[in-house]
Amino acid sequence: MKIARSVLIVFLLLMPAFAWADDAVYRYPIDDSYAATILGTPQNLRPDTRVEVPVKTMVLETDQKKPEIFFYDRGLRYTVAFQDRKAPLIFLIAGTGGSSKSAKIVALITNLYHAGFHVIALPSPTFSNFIINASTTHVPGNLPEDANDLYRVMEQIWSQSKGRIDVTDFSLAGYSLGGTEAAFIARLDEERKVFDFRRVLMLNPAVSLYTSASRIEGLLERIPGGPRRIGAFYNRVMEKSTEYYRKGDFVAIDDDFLFAAYKAQILNRDEAGGMIAVSFRISSAGMIFASDVMTHGGYVVPKNRELKNSDLLEDYFWTCLHLSFLDYFNEYFIPYLQNRRPGLTKEELLEALSLKSIESYLASSAKIGVITNEDDFILAPGELDYLRRVFGPRLKVYPRGGHLGNLEYRDNMAFLIDRLRSSTW
Amino acid sequence: MYSNAIKLIIITFQVLLLSGCAGRVALLPGEVPPMHTVSEFSDDENVSRTRDPWEGLNRSMYKFNYEVDRFVLLPVVTGYEKAVPGFARTGVSNFFGNLREIRTFYNCILQAKGKKSLVTLGRFVTNSTIGIGGLFDPATAFGMRREHEDFDRTLESWGVGTGPYLVLPILGPNTVRSAGGFAVDGGVRWAIANAIDPFGGTGAPTEIETGITGLETVDLRYRESFRYYDSDYPFEYYMVRYIFSERRELTTIR
Repeated sequence: MKIARSVLIVFLLLMPAFAWADDAVYRYPIDDSYAATILGTPQNLRPDTRVEVPVKTMVLETDQKKPEIFFYDRGLRYTVAFQDRKAPLIFLIAGTGGSSKSAKIVALITNLYHAGFHVIALPSPTFSNFIINASTTHVPGNLPEDANDLYRVMEQIWSQSKGRIDVTDFSLAGYSLGGTEAAFIARLDEERKVFDFRRVLMLNPAVSLYTSASRIEGLLERIPGGPRRIGAFYNRVMEKSTEYYRKGDFVAIDDDFLFAAYKAQILNRDEAGGMIAVSFRISSAGMIFASDVMTHGGYVVPKNRELKNSDLLEDYFWTCLHLSFLDYFNEYFIPYLQNRRPGLTKEELLEALSLKSIESYLASSAKIGVITNEDDFILAPGELDYLRRVFGPRLKVYPRGGHLGNLEYRDNMAFLIDRLRSSTW
Repeated sequence: MYSNAIKLIIITFQVLLLSGCAGRVALLPGEVPPMHTVSEFSDDENVSRTRDPWEGLNRSMYKFNYEVDRFVLLPVVTGYEKAVPGFARTGVSNFFGNLREIRTFYNCILQAKGKKSLVTLGRFVTNSTIGIGGLFDPATAFGMRREHEDFDRTLESWGVGTGPYLVLPILGPNTVRSAGGFAVDGGVRWAIANAIDPFGGTGAPTEIETGITGLETVDLRYRESFRYYDSDYPFEYYMVRYIFSERRELTTIR
């Protein structure tokens, strides 16, 4: 008896700590962080929101003079869903390269509208439409400036909308880079008080823009031939997937197909990570090109060339896909800022583009909360602990879900909505 | 109707040809070279395998379609959605879908696909009778899956290559082969309609046919959610071209 008992105690002590925490009851099904990020949440595990959501795309006209190549761009496009009664309003900010209609934003709009909020969603400042229309410098990435631009746009949209809706109070949420930006906007709002946000939620935010971008770019170091061979890598992944599709009896490239491919382990972990980085590159390619055209920066397009609609852009596309976010940062972004502020060092700048630069505000502001995952790979080792230290009880960490993979999982969505509604964290 | 459409296509192409095509990106006199050019990255494998020698023309056509959408088709679709209730729009879609079963049927025969042709014939008979002239689609509920075949795929089964990428006015992304296939299917349909002459006794067959073609165009646009330049992505043209050819390849597998 006694021996059995001590064996049991030793066994219990050896069990990893997380087995006792949330994990015991948290049932989000995908263990692998890359797979979770790609697949998201299976349809049947999402909240039931079968309501008609009156989603509308709106255009905020701006007086930017646009190059001919962006002739189709008629202003900043944002997305709204308004209640027909008095309700709280929430602003949403998309992640890197995301439009105001990206899949994650649409999921948030649907759920928050269902929960009784007026919703106004904005694209990311790294999205070409924002770079063209709403960015003062047309050079995205400088978080305090991007926050300024976002705040100005929010004010303009609010003055357009306020005649049509009855609002009780304001909240703000953003995911990924949009989450980090939300923190900067919240601080700005403390000075300007236009909205006086009741709640601010950061969903899977980056602590440091540069670190998170490096982490994602780092995924390409593990593909055959490294980042210079993303084309070959992409082709091989597509061939594998097509081959699998050919053999199986699938009706379409849909969730069923993707989950089946995941279960059959069509891609290994390095390949899954590589695909995440490729999709990041596709976003940043649009950002780099739009910024360069708007500033005549001479980065990928000759400085003094005016592009026309019939001009071929494929070479620019290929070039931009092969430039990393870090290339953009080191070769284009930093020189641009140093030009404006001589003497600025890279270290100072990196510090300014991190939550650390507004740490004391974040630590003391009871309205701001963070939701993230233990295995979110955009956070470097130590950054999760940093968030724990700064936000304390206002940080919620799920045991798995990768980068935003569990956003639509019903427990996550219920928690998120509950935090937005409550007056205390 | 179709001969008019083809005439329009030819005229538009001639206009665009005259308006000039853009060349490759090379440095012009007086231009400052950018920090990065594509030549640095020529050691990587190309992703797009779509041949697009008429890209300048295609890009102009892409823009043309955007304008047609913006000023004509989409306003009409919006009006259609407002004026016609949902169940009736579904009926219209079913009706034209049912007519297209004829195209699928003879193309299945041309490709010697016995089972598919029988299913399609079964669908057409079921929906034309129980489905009241094709307004409803009971065949799907009976487990007969809608197949999609056209003369483009028949040409493919005969070993004809796709030819270069071609953005057609109004119809959008195509290849030379699919454009040819479309013309042949249109011709067959015209011939069938002429032989049956369903509106011969009405006294205004041309007007009725024009109305039907118009309604079909509106229905096609109504069911297609794609919007030109809606992604706001500066390289949308290439993404669309890539997705078009991938989708083509995947449906060929079926």
